[in-house]
Amino acid sequence: MSFDVKKQDDVTVIDVEGQLIVGNRQELKQKVLEELEGGARKFLIDFADTGYIDSSGLGVLVSLSKKIREQGGELRLANLNDDLRTLFELTKLDTLFHIANSRDEALTSF
Amino acid sequence: MKPVDLVLELPNDLRAIERAVEFLASRAREAGFDEGLLRLNFRVGVTEALANAMLYGNRGDEKKHVRVDASVTAERVRVRVRDEGGGFDPDHLEDPTLPVNRARVGGRGIFLITKLMDQVEFNEAGNAITMVLNAPAREAP
Repeated sequence: MSFDVKKQDDVTVIDVEGQLIVGNRQELKQKVLEELEGGARKFLIDFADTGYIDSSGLGVLVSLSKKIREQGGELRLANLNDDLRTLFELTKLDTLFHIANSRDEALTSF
Repeated sequence: MKPVDLVLELPNDLRAIERAVEFLASRAREAGFDEGLLRLNFRVGVTEALANAMLYGNRGDEKKHVRVDASVTAERVRVRVRDEGGGFDPDHLEDPTLPVNRARVGGRGIFLITKLMDQVEFNEAGNAITMVLNAPAREAP
């Protein structure tokens, strides 16, 4: 499991490789908050290589969404596979996030 | 087919969850259980139960443990997770999908378990959860 942070123009792109669950969600939160404190305002979290997310992982995304918004920023999620989409739909969090089908679609939506 | 019975005694350490879940899933896979249900329903459901046991049941106490009893066949997986805490009342949980609750950071764990598992039961003390997942019925040839 790892979180890879890259910049694509003015967008901070974070690839979640592995699971986003209770044991590692704080690491993602820390990485995003560091970037936010550094002035980043556009964030894309890419789940192309993510197996599954638990409720803690969903919770950290909710928390980050709020913090990013409070700083005048924007968050996009991309590349949710069918399993991840099911989780977002079950919890109705698909209504809370801007979810893109691909990285490119997310990048052009800012 | 005779079930494969498994027992795990886990330290109260969140870092132990992923490996425990993968171990249980691999045994269920070997028994022939449905891969799709293992990939999502089983992994998320059991992860949630273990996290709840460690964080809320055992209150993060490193001296406590979580016991897992599992029984797996190709048709059914049954997992019981028990913590060493004083229990809780599962009947008074808020629906996290209500608009007023959607922006909350927590409160989705048990909801997900009940949505992803076919049967969910708590013991009377409220410190053990038993989850059952059934394989899809096979169509008659």
